Amino acid sequence: MGKTLAEKILSQKSGSDARSGDIIIARVDLAFAQDTTGPLTVRQFQACNLKRLADPKKTALFLDHAAPSPNRQISNDHRLLRQFAGETGCLIYDVGGGICHQIVAETLAKPGDVIVGADSHTVTAGGLGAFATGMGSSDVAIAFGLGKTWFRVPESIKIVLSGKFSRGVGAKDLILYLIGNIGADGATYKALEFGGDGVKNLTMSQRFTIANMAVEAGAKVGLFPTDSTTHDYLKSQGRGDHYQPLSADDDASYERTINIDLATVEPLVAKPHNVDNIAPARELKGTKIQQVFIGTCTNGRLEDIAIVADMLKGKRRHPETRLIVAPASPQVLLAAIRAGYIYSLVEAEAIILPPGCGACLGLHQGVLADGESCLSTANRNFKGRMGSPEAFIYLGSPATAAATALAGEITDPREVA
Amino acid sequence: MIRGRASKFGDNISTDHITPGRLAHLRSNLPELAKHVLEDADPTFASRVEKGDFIVAGSNFGLGSSREHAPLVIKMAGVSAILAKSVARIFFRNAINLGLPVLICDTDNIDDGDELEVDLATGTVNNITKANQLTFGKLPEVMLRILDEGGLVPYIQKYGDFKL
Repeated sequence: MGKTLAEKILSQKSGSDARSGDIIIARVDLAFAQDTTGPLTVRQFQACNLKRLADPKKTALFLDHAAPSPNRQISNDHRLLRQFAGETGCLIYDVGGGICHQIVAETLAKPGDVIVGADSHTVTAGGLGAFATGMGSSDVAIAFGLGKTWFRVPESIKIVLSGKFSRGVGAKDLILYLIGNIGADGATYKALEFGGDGVKNLTMSQRFTIANMAVEAGAKVGLFPTDSTTHDYLKSQGRGDHYQPLSADDDASYERTINIDLATVEPLVAKPHNVDNIAPARELKGTKIQQVFIGTCTNGRLEDIAIVADMLKGKRRHPETRLIVAPASPQVLLAAIRAGYIYSLVEAEAIILPPGCGACLGLHQGVLADGESCLSTANRNFKGRMGSPEAFIYLGSPATAAATALAGEITDPREVA
Repeated sequence: MIRGRASKFGDNISTDHITPGRLAHLRSNLPELAKHVLEDADPTFASRVEKGDFIVAGSNFGLGSSREHAPLVIKMAGVSAILAKSVARIFFRNAINLGLPVLICDTDNIDDGDELEVDLATGTVNNITKANQLTFGKLPEVMLRILDEGGLVPYIQKYGDFKL
């Protein structure tokens, strides 16, 4: 019997014949934490008397969730993380250095890696064929010190993609469609493995968007096979040598298979307060929106910003709709400046934030008022997520966000020329 | 044997309900953070929870973030175990890593305020108020050992490594 991608990677990293349901210990190629989970990770590491990192080059800290710090308490947390990096020699990406998952994708993750991060959207690197998953501070602290962790090898759900997206539709709509279909716990403890002819029609940026939200269906990982698109992306980041071909065996065993023709997906929105509460964008026309937020580890990449800038060029946002854009990394920001996207966005009266996560989790920079509604390109619309438990969050694609910013109400991007 | 009172919650209680991002500045001040436990699901919970109480929830409890502070503030509030129809993956592992038992069982017939008695060894929940019993599934061996040691930190302090 052949193996799924998850079984293949975990077999390789555990030195055993890993099959779904097995409990294994796997070597970890990268362990990381960010500024809201990192301080506890450091304290748990110290509590275990783990004096040394297994490998400082495979250990990273990211100061991205509150960047730059909005208050004294978080500034002290940042100082703690800088001290730990200074003492241990681990990698550190300070404020302004970008969203952890984007930096992991650009510079650290390799196909076939096992990556654990103290952040649930660690799954993003699955777009590159890495078995990347979120864990808590204690687990990540142990991975810092031992360079390994234990896993239950997950069963896999195969998502067979075919065809191409139609105009105005993108990766965000696909993953919202899938989550709406299987539910917010439809893949709990399991791997989502993407395959089929449609994969070759997805850019790396789109694969990251899809893998990123695997956790919103409860999944442990969202895994893509690797191909020439993966290789070209790694080359563009100056690390073509990190490429390896990776795919599931043809006779691998899946818990279930779901077929999706990309051409049948339409612009979708997740309504408050759960990610599987899906409706077509066109059906939500008339829903007034006070803030549009474009960015995050889900949709803050150059392709996302390009879509928005092209739609807003020469236009103005709706006067009653604030528009906030946060590029995911300095690389993305610089490329967006070079391409003129930032110019178009500022002319359209957008606010440009430094690379970071703050608005997505209600920490700072875009906190909602009671009763307000936001259309966000992020991954979560939970009650209270953006700072007020009395606010309402709708999730959509960058195209839907741009159309909404122009109209002041939720709008299907296909209505905007 | 653990004995306590049920505090009932619905489906899809997220880590934002338990400890939202707007309180991230309190994560290095845990006693202060714990005063807000489950605030966005039930603002009265923190003031009425008593030592030994059980959180009894529907499906997909703890979905969302990897923040270990979520099970940590629940434990600090005195909750002795979480009973739910299903629990999100990261939260599940985090709770066990903190020595907080998570029991997967059918919670439909448990009501707020019911007196429960949980036997971790036999996997049974005795509902004293309703005079009935239900059973919960066994944890994988590695999680049982971590739970037995009181969490992952004491486990690693003792063994220095994972023992499967």
